[in-house]
Amino acid sequence: MEEQLKGLQEEAVMKAAAAQDLKELNDIRVAYLGKKGPVTEVLKGMGKLSAEERPKMGALVNVVREAITKAIETKQASLESEAIQKQLAEEAIDVTLPGRPVKAGGPHPLTRITEEIEDLFIGMGYTVAEGPEVEQDYYNFEALNLPKGHPARDMQDTFYITPELLLRTHTSPVQVRTMLKHAGKGPVKIICPGKVYRRDSDDATHSHQFNQIEGLVVGENIRMSDLKGTLDVFAKKMFGEDREIRLRPSFFPFTEPSVEVDVSCMCGGKGCSICKGTGWIEVLGAGMVHPNVLEMAGFDSSVYSGFAFGMGQERIAMLKYGIDDIRHFYTNDLRFLQQFSVHE
Amino acid sequence: MFVSYKWLSEYVDIADQTPEELAEKITRAGIEVEGVELPASEMKGIVVGYVKTREQHPNADKLSKCLVDIGEEEPVQIICGAKNVDAGQYVAVAKTGAVLPGNFKIKRAKLRGEESNGMICSLSELGIESRLNPKEYAEGIFNFPTDVTPGEDALAALNRDDAILELSLTPNRSDALSMIGVAYEVAAILGRDVTLPEPSPAEADEQAANAVSIRIDAPEDNPVYVARVVKNVKIGPSPLWMQTLLMNAGIRPHNNVVDITNYVLMEYGQPLHAFDLDRVQTGEIVVRRAEQGEKFTTLDDAERTLSADQLVITNGQEPIALAGVMGGANSEVHEGTVNVLIESAYFDGQTVRTASKAHGLRSEASARFEKGVDPSRIEAACDRAAELMADLADGRVLSGRVTAGEYNPEPKRVSITLDRLNMRLGTDLQMGDVQDIFSRLKFKTEVNGDEITVTVPTRRGDITIPEDLTEEVARLYGYDHIPLTLPEGESLPGGLSPYQHGRRIVRRYLEGAGFTQAVTYSLTSEKRAVQFALEVRQPVALAMPMSEERAYLRESLLPHLVEAAAYNSARQTSSVALYETGSIYLNEGENVQPKEEERVSGIVTGLWQEHLWQGEKKAADFFAVKGVIEGLAARLGLMERLSFQKAAPEGFHPGRTASVLLDGQPVGVIGQLHPALAKEADLKEAYLFELKLDALLHAERKNLGYTPIPRFPSISRDIALVVDSTAEAALLEGIIKEAGGPLLMKVHLFDVYEGDKMEEGKKSVAFALTYMNPEKTLTDEEVTAVHEKVLAALKEKADADLRA
Repeated sequence: MEEQLKGLQEEAVMKAAAAQDLKELNDIRVAYLGKKGPVTEVLKGMGKLSAEERPKMGALVNVVREAITKAIETKQASLESEAIQKQLAEEAIDVTLPGRPVKAGGPHPLTRITEEIEDLFIGMGYTVAEGPEVEQDYYNFEALNLPKGHPARDMQDTFYITPELLLRTHTSPVQVRTMLKHAGKGPVKIICPGKVYRRDSDDATHSHQFNQIEGLVVGENIRMSDLKGTLDVFAKKMFGEDREIRLRPSFFPFTEPSVEVDVSCMCGGKGCSICKGTGWIEVLGAGMVHPNVLEMAGFDSSVYSGFAFGMGQERIAMLKYGIDDIRHFYTNDLRFLQQFSVHE
Repeated sequence: MFVSYKWLSEYVDIADQTPEELAEKITRAGIEVEGVELPASEMKGIVVGYVKTREQHPNADKLSKCLVDIGEEEPVQIICGAKNVDAGQYVAVAKTGAVLPGNFKIKRAKLRGEESNGMICSLSELGIESRLNPKEYAEGIFNFPTDVTPGEDALAALNRDDAILELSLTPNRSDALSMIGVAYEVAAILGRDVTLPEPSPAEADEQAANAVSIRIDAPEDNPVYVARVVKNVKIGPSPLWMQTLLMNAGIRPHNNVVDITNYVLMEYGQPLHAFDLDRVQTGEIVVRRAEQGEKFTTLDDAERTLSADQLVITNGQEPIALAGVMGGANSEVHEGTVNVLIESAYFDGQTVRTASKAHGLRSEASARFEKGVDPSRIEAACDRAAELMADLADGRVLSGRVTAGEYNPEPKRVSITLDRLNMRLGTDLQMGDVQDIFSRLKFKTEVNGDEITVTVPTRRGDITIPEDLTEEVARLYGYDHIPLTLPEGESLPGGLSPYQHGRRIVRRYLEGAGFTQAVTYSLTSEKRAVQFALEVRQPVALAMPMSEERAYLRESLLPHLVEAAAYNSARQTSSVALYETGSIYLNEGENVQPKEEERVSGIVTGLWQEHLWQGEKKAADFFAVKGVIEGLAARLGLMERLSFQKAAPEGFHPGRTASVLLDGQPVGVIGQLHPALAKEADLKEAYLFELKLDALLHAERKNLGYTPIPRFPSISRDIALVVDSTAEAALLEGIIKEAGGPLLMKVHLFDVYEGDKMEEGKKSVAFALTYMNPEKTLTDEEVTAVHEKVLAALKEKADADLRA
């Protein structure tokens, strides 16, 4: 009996190991361990054994049963794993095929520049002020120390609608409107982005429509050095930490003193075609707010002073991205626009 | 303003400054030098030659064969094509091996069989613009006067070895519209003295006052008029040095008398006019306003009709000059002129500006009067011209000036405290530093404690308030020396307004949805101004447009977006998705600012989903765009409040267009570009949308709040309805929602079928309905009860049957 059992075990373990698939393995399980299987048969014949032999034989049966079960389980795990491997192999794909594209557009380069500058100044405590593009002559000129007939009005060729209405030539009228809202009480700290218009024929460097961002700070004891410091921060954040600024005296009717602000060229002063060999690039106009402008906007110029600056997004974008023709901004060629969809 | 380095050095010592160094210093101190021209730098090998003989070229009618002495052992043979070449002339010769502007090299050559060893040059060939050449030489070669020697450097003789600084003057710095003015500026920068001419013409006994009398009838326009009389002048060319300096200053030489007035104009900044005294006829000068409609012929031979706001110089009977703008043909100095009257006056800037604008005549003179000339130079300039006419035109200066009126404005006195000056600049200057700067400017100062008072010479009319003094100090002290600081005082929280923030969210959403941002022009044609507009009004028109294409303000962003899509489509970018945010302008009546509203608009054409290797592709259609708009509404928390209503506005496909409504109010349009317009633009199917961005962003919305996540299961029931093919989905959905009541959580339309298996005129629309009770688990019976109600309502209101 004992031998019979051992033989069964040997036979079953061999068959299990040789099983080709899960079904065959299951058949083996049923055949050897099932109710009608030989092991059960052996157990049935135990009644014939003596009381001494019975427990011994019982233990042996269990050992045999476990050995067979283990052999089947081991084989089963191996077969299952093979099946999964096979399925996975069948499911393999060419991972180098193109992905399913997610449609994505992007901002216009001028918006990128505008928002970048806005965020830079917001970080320094400025709010963003906006105003109408069709302006009254008063806000665009007169309140900015440019009375009718002033020769400096020739500096900005204007699109008039009526003698009193025009397309704003700069975003300065927003400064005036904001100051008036403050009713003579500082501080004022704003930047004013927006579209402006001048009577220019469109060519590579001129556009009848373009964008400006102006800044205005009015408070007690605002100094020229504050303007210089602020623009130095701007130039470094916008163009790079190694950039410097240079102020050159200039003239604007609404500021006194007035300056043009150059930013050092990326060529590092060696001279290149962008800076025309000078090492400096003209980027901004700025100055201390003219006392007449402060007074007309309701501020006491003996108490308050301020600075203002202005720049063109087109120019900044052209410098920053190396764009050679201002008309690109308004042609809306996707081959141009899509170059600016990338996060920098 | 062109400044000749040579000429400038007559007034201020600049010998130790190269033209480039000087230019840089002038720029850094406030007057931008746009360029430094060194004409001789691009030329070499040009000498004075003497034409010994000239004969006809044997083989060419239009060429001359000349033997020219160029200061070498043997004269050289040169073939010349100029008509005016002749023996006995002193000319500029580019020798063999010479280089002319544009790197034009002169080589020995054979011209029609005759050897030519060089070239006889015109002034334009030497780099002087032909509009500046004296008339007699403009068409041919230049002739030197006799005081030159063959072989000498022709470029030096012509002052071509000069450096010309091109100053770009801001309107406030009209003081630098003269050599003396620039000299003061340079002297201030370098800390040097200015040497002024001290004209003192030798006078004859004869009194000028006996030869002419002057009366001013319009003293407000002309406070002072000074004249001198020079008799017996000999009209001829002015000396070469004067002609060449004038050309370097951008002025064309004419004859000695006219050149002298121009020379003094450039030197002093005081415009002068020379009248032929005999042609004035009456010996009388009367300055008055023109009569309305009065006719007058200026010296350019154009007849002008004058108006009463213009000032004229008359001989007591008729105009002889348009004051400050241009002289008259009737009194012009000409070859036969013998006696000259020199006018030096102060004319009101606005009056001159009015006349110069009205007649489109802008001259060196009018430009200076417009900006205000220095009244202290009127007499000196007049004397200077008289002196030069005596010297260079052999004239006899009559005794005394004849003057009418008087204009001696007091120099302005402007004060500032040192404290305020330092406070404005952020500097720490001492009073001595400030005084030094003003002394360099040749301004007189008085110091009283902390306060400095500056007496500003009349030449600097731009300085009137303390801030102007601040600027003078800053620019001469140097902006580089001003420290870098940041504003002190209370710090403010910066930020975007909720609207500005919302606009950015809309932009980012659309970009994420596949749209690229466009920026188009606000100005457009009359037709396009109103095309596609949500609200059409008479468009706002420019008074003086530059072109018909840019004459009106747009009322919609769509026309230019269509144009942009067409532009791309024509360049092989057939799939386009563009959006724009920007203002449109609604007319509110004459002289009233238009209402500016912000729109967000877009266009899609071509493939919405590009062709994939899996075989899928999807053309842009109405529902692609509608989905984007719905998604935007969801992003803005407005989804439930947005609805779409069939509409057929102009420019859109009448069957594929909807009004977009927010809370039942129209806020936009979405639809297919009308096929006829698409064809016009050479576009395939294109879909447009335009929304009132301000309406969307200003819509009141709920604050975000948490709603508990449901704890009880929901039950779904699908229904397929057979309805008339015209039945709108929104109607069916509305019926379902109303009948479904609070237990109906969601209605989802998942299929529409119209075709063979349907009865003619019918379609099948399938919805998935989700029922749920947030309070408890729903029973099947409860759902069935509501569901039956829904089906009954659909049958009753839309004649909808369940599909078998």
